[in-house]
Amino acid sequence: MATIRLSLSSFYKSINEPFFIPSWIKAGLTAIIWYIIYKNLAVIANWVTYDLLGFSLNSHIGSSIEFFIFEVPKVLMLLVVVVYGVGVIRTFFTPERTRTFLAGKKEVIGNILAAMLGIVTPFCSCSAVPLFIGFIKSGVPIGVTFSFLIAAPMINEIAVVLLFGMFGIKITAIYVLTGLLIAIFTGWIIGRLHMEKYLEDWVNEVEAPLENNINVSISWQERLQAGHDAVQDIVKKVWLYIVLGIAVGAGIHGYIPTGMMAGILGKNSWWSVLLAVLVGVPMYSNAAGIIPIAQALLEKGASLGSVLAFMMSVIGLSLPELIILRNVLKMPLVLTFVGVLTVGIIIVGYLFNLIF
Amino acid sequence: MKVQVLGPGCAKCFALMNHVRIAVTALNLPAEIEKIEDIKEIMKFRVMATPALAIDGQVKFSGRVASSNEIKEILNQYVAEVN
Repeated sequence: MATIRLSLSSFYKSINEPFFIPSWIKAGLTAIIWYIIYKNLAVIANWVTYDLLGFSLNSHIGSSIEFFIFEVPKVLMLLVVVVYGVGVIRTFFTPERTRTFLAGKKEVIGNILAAMLGIVTPFCSCSAVPLFIGFIKSGVPIGVTFSFLIAAPMINEIAVVLLFGMFGIKITAIYVLTGLLIAIFTGWIIGRLHMEKYLEDWVNEVEAPLENNINVSISWQERLQAGHDAVQDIVKKVWLYIVLGIAVGAGIHGYIPTGMMAGILGKNSWWSVLLAVLVGVPMYSNAAGIIPIAQALLEKGASLGSVLAFMMSVIGLSLPELIILRNVLKMPLVLTFVGVLTVGIIIVGYLFNLIF
Repeated sequence: MKVQVLGPGCAKCFALMNHVRIAVTALNLPAEIEKIEDIKEIMKFRVMATPALAIDGQVKFSGRVASSNEIKEILNQYVAEVN
């Protein structure tokens, strides 16, 4: 035993000598180990549930537990990789740079660019007001600004990870594309309605925000550090929602009979999309908690259109953000924004129920 | 001198506030820390993202939570410039 411990400790010592294993090899090794574990999660979950814990095959509880043991590490492992990548990418984009880029762009083209930039520009709903004023004051049209404000929260890295982890690549692509389309069209319509007079009066008196970070040059080391910080920050914030969401999803997966949701949220009931949106709009949850539940609903017979509409209305429309925006928008504009966005989501829901 | 933390009260703004406190205490500066939460007051600093840090009305950065070490550097630099 002593000899084993000795050789082990010298082994670990040798891994930690920095000149012995360069950091890029460590990163490579981490990536390989990550990949091997990720690829074998289904086998591991199956083994843990039925062999290690001894649940009987085909039991409700076994099915729920296997689902949980498989999904939680899978989604968390994906989250770490994607959040890291997005954290690094976002160091290349700042709200100020996005604004300068969008200023003076014509509608339509402006709406399209704004919706896409909404995905990559760092955005937190607590920053919505300075961002809004920064856009408006430097000549970004109001409709283009709204395209940005709709896409930014709706298509975020957490939503994309969970969609990919729980639904697969096809539905992720559908969500992102329809999300972009809704942001583009809703923004465009708000622009066509010429609602500039519904901005709060104090906005007119504010001076345009400046580029405050102009002298900051970021090194690659700092960009990678930003990715690292994003992982720490976001994983700490959402892991519990993911675990809870998957636990509820696992319960539905194991206990609710297949097809039960078909009656309530199925494609043949005309009210399903409306119901999904009516429940979804006032609900405020981050994507982390809601997507695993949506996946379980889809599996039990809810239609794709209803599930998509439900997810978009929960993630894309949040009460706290509306309250923050009320500082700069008069009530008619807030209501128009909610109304047009809701109608857009409902149309998408029905469209998908028709197609699939 | 007045160190101003701009932010309407989200989690990131609190994090920045803490880092500022740590930095000011560590440097033992005779600085007053002020938290500005009113959105109209924040906009007078002409920032486009929160949280942001200003010293005596001069914005140093916006839209991120700097580490307490970086804030120490910013404070030291400012003190050196003023004196």
